[in-house]
Amino acid sequence: MSILEIKNVGKRFGGLQALDKVNLNVAENSVHAIIGPNGAGKSTLLNCLVGKLIPDTGSVMFDGQSMLGRKPHEINQMGISRVFQTPEIFGELSVLENMLIPCFAKRDGAFHLSIMKNMLSDREVLDRAQHMLEEMNMADKHAMHAASLSRGDKRRLEIGMCLAQEPRLLLLDEPTAGMARADTNNTIDLLKQIRDTRDITIAIIEHDMHVVFSLAERITVLAQGTPLVEETPENIKGHPKVREAYLGEAQV
Amino acid sequence: MLQLSKKDSTLLIAVVVLTLLAPVLLNPFPESSALAQFNAGYPDLMQRLVIFGIFAIGFNILFGLTGYLSFGHAAFLGIGSYAAIWMMKLLTMNVIPAIIISVAVAGAFSLLVGWICLRRSGIYFSILTLAFAQMSYSLAYSVLTPITGGETGLQPNLADPRILDSALAEGQTPRANLFGIDMRDTYEVTLADWVFTFNAGYYIAAVILIAAFYMSIRIFRSPFGMMLRAVKSNQNRLNYTGVNAKPYTLAAFVISGMYAGLAGGLLVAMDTQVGAERMFWTASGEVVLMTILGGAGTLIGPVLGAGFIKYMENIVSKINKSILEQWFAVVPDGLQDFLINIIYPFVGKGWHLTLGLLFMMVVIFLPGGLVEGGQKLANLFGRNKTNNGPDSATTPTEQGNEK
Repeated sequence: MSILEIKNVGKRFGGLQALDKVNLNVAENSVHAIIGPNGAGKSTLLNCLVGKLIPDTGSVMFDGQSMLGRKPHEINQMGISRVFQTPEIFGELSVLENMLIPCFAKRDGAFHLSIMKNMLSDREVLDRAQHMLEEMNMADKHAMHAASLSRGDKRRLEIGMCLAQEPRLLLLDEPTAGMARADTNNTIDLLKQIRDTRDITIAIIEHDMHVVFSLAERITVLAQGTPLVEETPENIKGHPKVREAYLGEAQV
Repeated sequence: MLQLSKKDSTLLIAVVVLTLLAPVLLNPFPESSALAQFNAGYPDLMQRLVIFGIFAIGFNILFGLTGYLSFGHAAFLGIGSYAAIWMMKLLTMNVIPAIIISVAVAGAFSLLVGWICLRRSGIYFSILTLAFAQMSYSLAYSVLTPITGGETGLQPNLADPRILDSALAEGQTPRANLFGIDMRDTYEVTLADWVFTFNAGYYIAAVILIAAFYMSIRIFRSPFGMMLRAVKSNQNRLNYTGVNAKPYTLAAFVISGMYAGLAGGLLVAMDTQVGAERMFWTASGEVVLMTILGGAGTLIGPVLGAGFIKYMENIVSKINKSILEQWFAVVPDGLQDFLINIIYPFVGKGWHLTLGLLFMMVVIFLPGGLVEGGQKLANLFGRNKTNNGPDSATTPTEQGNEK
């Protein structure tokens, strides 16, 4: 049973066919990685999924509903959360406030005019936010400005903010890019824990093979805007087409 | 108290005390002393201090929280004023309907302007709001003359219908009142060489300022206010967190427009006349200066900034050459001329120069405005008394305020 169905998606930027006839199914409660050399169209594909770009052709279905033409906040409210390449958090707000926002958004929807309430007197939302901070091991940092967190903590916070919304699909765009080895391993452990303890589908775009092979159950290799192969990690490692795509890039 | 945290309650009480005692606090110099011209405790100026305080509080809800810099807020002030004066012409000289309608009309107009301008952000948003304000100004001056009085402006006349009021006798002038209390009613207290003026209009405006300030605290501390700060911090993340930023910014725009309308209505209540120059772009720029000078995004900053600028405008601008000569009367002639020539460009009509220099210094050395200056002073003196770390008093509620 696939939760995300990408059918025949194509996207063209001027003379560049960034995506061409992409077909991809992501099974529910699985971890699906999309890898590929630079310029393969990974980020374009992701942007088509979250409503930032509209594909020229094809369809994207989430849980049987079309996602095309919807705005990012609508797609999020359908149950899709996104983690960015560089952590996108509210730097000027406190860590607790960062966590309160997704909790309010989950309960109150895209817009709720609550002027006369105090943001900290809403027990239900506050408890939920504090619980998520504890789960992310960040409860002791609740009063800090998010901008002053370390890179690894920013990533943890961002993932925690996404999980606070209880998404059905979590999209990760190179979650360990630019991280030190220790932070990368922490992030892998966190994602493993999420995979094993929650009913959640994870789609991950990644450069780092170490991350991909320790997490993914299915891997799709994208090259020049088209899926090359889709296989399990074991079968991908020695796949001739994959070697060709990567080595071909290395020779250039 | 009133569902506020301890720190916010203290701030509110401070504002209440300061506004209610302003007639005394702003008149620290004896009447006969040479410094008496620095006294600001006269009704006309005190009314302006609190009214522009309200204007800046509202502006800060938009600019301080969401970061959207509107360059057209004077338009809402002007429209509020016109709405109020029409209520005084048509209904009654009682200020209540005038003030209510000025808020409502400014709110409706800001909904329209905000709906259009918020399609863009950053400098394009600022330019769009500026365009709207200048358009309103030009229209008020020209084609809308039947409604706005054009160059002459509007004021209540004896011949106006005023359907709720009993007719005035020939020769009487219609006066703004609150159920019979004339806005100009004053009660003077003479203590030795000091004269304190307690004015009805000022106290009505002061009570409204306190209410407006209380509302602003509640908005800052609400989930709504947090979403507005999130808009300023990272709109991209907010969208991908399932929040639609547009209605939030629009609501903030309308609320600040209503505050501007309230200020416009109060201006008319205190001084029953309107002219289009109230909507000129310099008036829009002035509220930006007030907010930044006091500290954008802080609760008390805009009130301080408004008070500071209006004080300068009224007091420093009154210092002329003969007053300077009086001050330096004891200095030898040559030196006296020298000093007067040095200082003269900065006072009187040159007060803008002083304001400009002060503004530059604040922006360069105190980007957080006067509030940051106050905090630095407090830290300087507080450090000797307690050895609390800088973070020990910081809770998430307070951080928004300290930003």
